[in-house]
Amino acid sequence: MSLNPIKVALIGNPNVGKTSVFNALTGLNQQVGNYPGITVEKKQGSAKLSDDVKAKIIDLPGTYSLNASSIDENVVIELLLNKNDEDFPDVAVVVTEVENLKRNLLLFTQIKDLEIPTILVINMADRMQLKGIELDISILEKELKTKIALISSRKKTGISELKNLILNFTELSTEPCLNASSIDPEYFDKLRKAFPNQLLYKLWLVITQDVNFLNLERNEIKSTFTKSHADLKRLQQKETIKRYQFINDTLKMGQKIDSSKASDIRAKIDRILTHKIFGYLIFFGILMLIFQFLFDWSSLPMEFIDETFAYFSSVAKQNLPAGEFTNLISEGIIPGIGGIVIFIPQIAFLFLFISVLEESGYMSRVVFLMDKIMRKFGLSGKSIVPLISGTACAIPAIMSARNIENWKERLITILVTPFTTCSARLPVYAILISLIIPEKRLFGFLSLQGLTLMSLYLLGFGAAIFSAYLLNKILKLNCKSYFVVEMPGYKIPMIKNVSINVLEKTRAFVSGAGQIILALSIILWYLGSHGLSNDFNNAETIISNQNQGKTISSEAFEDEVNAFKLENSYIGYVGKAIEPAIRPLGYDWKIGIAVVSSFAAREVFVGTLATIYSVGSHSDEETTIKNKMAAEVHPETGKKIFNFATGISLLLFYAFAMQCISTLAIVKKETNSWKWPIIQLVFMSGFAYLTALIAYQVLK
Amino acid sequence: MDVFASSLEIGEEATIINVNLEEIPLKLLEMGCLPGNKITLLQIAPFGDPLYFNVNDSHVAIRLETAKEISISKDIQ
Repeated sequence: MSLNPIKVALIGNPNVGKTSVFNALTGLNQQVGNYPGITVEKKQGSAKLSDDVKAKIIDLPGTYSLNASSIDENVVIELLLNKNDEDFPDVAVVVTEVENLKRNLLLFTQIKDLEIPTILVINMADRMQLKGIELDISILEKELKTKIALISSRKKTGISELKNLILNFTELSTEPCLNASSIDPEYFDKLRKAFPNQLLYKLWLVITQDVNFLNLERNEIKSTFTKSHADLKRLQQKETIKRYQFINDTLKMGQKIDSSKASDIRAKIDRILTHKIFGYLIFFGILMLIFQFLFDWSSLPMEFIDETFAYFSSVAKQNLPAGEFTNLISEGIIPGIGGIVIFIPQIAFLFLFISVLEESGYMSRVVFLMDKIMRKFGLSGKSIVPLISGTACAIPAIMSARNIENWKERLITILVTPFTTCSARLPVYAILISLIIPEKRLFGFLSLQGLTLMSLYLLGFGAAIFSAYLLNKILKLNCKSYFVVEMPGYKIPMIKNVSINVLEKTRAFVSGAGQIILALSIILWYLGSHGLSNDFNNAETIISNQNQGKTISSEAFEDEVNAFKLENSYIGYVGKAIEPAIRPLGYDWKIGIAVVSSFAAREVFVGTLATIYSVGSHSDEETTIKNKMAAEVHPETGKKIFNFATGISLLLFYAFAMQCISTLAIVKKETNSWKWPIIQLVFMSGFAYLTALIAYQVLK
Repeated sequence: MDVFASSLEIGEEATIINVNLEEIPLKLLEMGCLPGNKITLLQIAPFGDPLYFNVNDSHVAIRLETAKEISISKDIQ
């Protein structure tokens, strides 16, 4: 027998370990998607409660209260106010943390007022003794009119008790904790009379928020019950004070804190990490370590992957019957997929580092440390998070700019984040650097190639800061400078949370980029191995006519035929057409094709070149992409194509150009206008062209 | 003369008397930055801004200009 699953909504403040509770309940049975129409992450999972009952668990975005100030928080309110939503919970589980119980309970009392069956989870119970905290659960349960699960997601205790409470959710009281209407009795009385069938607190939320809810036109309430913005805020303050009074009274009865036991480790660590000298030294030290790690130490698995795919390609070629289909697989699909798989190690490491920095609580200290400096450039201390996570991918980074309260600071952050070196640039950088920078070490341990990569990261960061400074001077926007950062307690990151996060992000990234790359590499292969004209179809005859009277080996003959075919293929035409525009930058038409297709996504560059060069190659030997590129020479001059000047010019072009359709789409969504992504595209790519041009002309 | 949270010294505790609702974000109120609650300055960032407070047991950093909108009365030791 299987029943309908119980629908559970996980709700809580940020930094209370809500995700750990979600992971503990669901294990790996989770799906991550998006709410329709908006880019807020929607996490769902399923948990087995008993032999025949399952729960469908939704992990709602973290929120401090039901007064929404961002689209992430709006999601929570819209779901809780809409009984007809398919995800409307049978039971709400409010997650709190033992050290911040007072503040966490504010949200709990609001949820209770919505008269939804609610369970209170007090997480991190393992820290109670350390902090000298004692709780009287039965008093708390009675005062808060709920059932409490005391759990530790770190020590894995209390989870089965929580499952039991969910299983028996019908026994929970739906009585509210306090009567919010006493903040303005007259006003609420009128409301009650006008809408006798509605829950007062719901009405109040609809009046104060920009949300719609069923059966009731917003305008209908608005017209008769409008209050000025200032009045509403005064009432909201009154409501908040009232809730805290109730919470303080409750905690006085149910909580004892022996403050002598509270250790001041946090204060000590804070003093070091936010110190005016050590703070910055530690921060830059950590960044150095990350970059050295990324380039130097992940090269081993990357080389292995590169060689493996070259091997697969040659195996496919030798073992499958010769023909179009085999060519598609060995020359189009395998090199294309290889081009994306190769940078899994680096992406995974990046997400790992960012995840650890955030989980440990260190990121907030960096925000605190950098705010004053960043403000000089029109940014906020909070811009550090997008700028650092932009080194993984600009898309989540731009979304993380949402918690910047000031619109001007947020807009500038969104506009400059794509300058930071995202992981899609890494494979391009990696292969170009290994071609043009010698494999030497300074002082015996600092790799020259690693240093070059680090300077490219600094260059991207510098470009971001510089353009922020310009934008700050140009944009005339007056915004209130709100800035509130919670400083969470320090925690050792939980391996389970970090690894699920890394796994999930890497998978999403690879499958997203992988689809584009796969499609493009098939198209490119087709365009490169087919042509329209008689020249293409009669390549053998033309070349043998050209070589009449000369004796050449059959291998050289085949080379010439292939090169001739490629030049006269569809892709050859496109490449030749754009060649005048890119020749001053030092690129031939093959690189031109790679650059143009990179405007869909940068990481396509390596795969494109791999596809173009495999089409032209004659041998069955396994060769890596890098070797093919290094061997490429100019047909007339005999000089290497990827020489120092061209390499630097390409590096600069990729550092600055806006080559990512997904990023443009997300900027459009977040700024609600096409104006900003278009400005980004034109400004960044123009700047890239110019610097690449200057670099090549100076260096050649 | 009014005294503001911006004038606290590191480690000094005070009681909030009033907050300027026009200039204080609701989120800060919800963290407990409300009249009657305790506020302690924990750290000042390099270059003097932002300030890191313990308000009503919430640990939170705000900018100097926001701290100037919170009036306090310093507790007599």
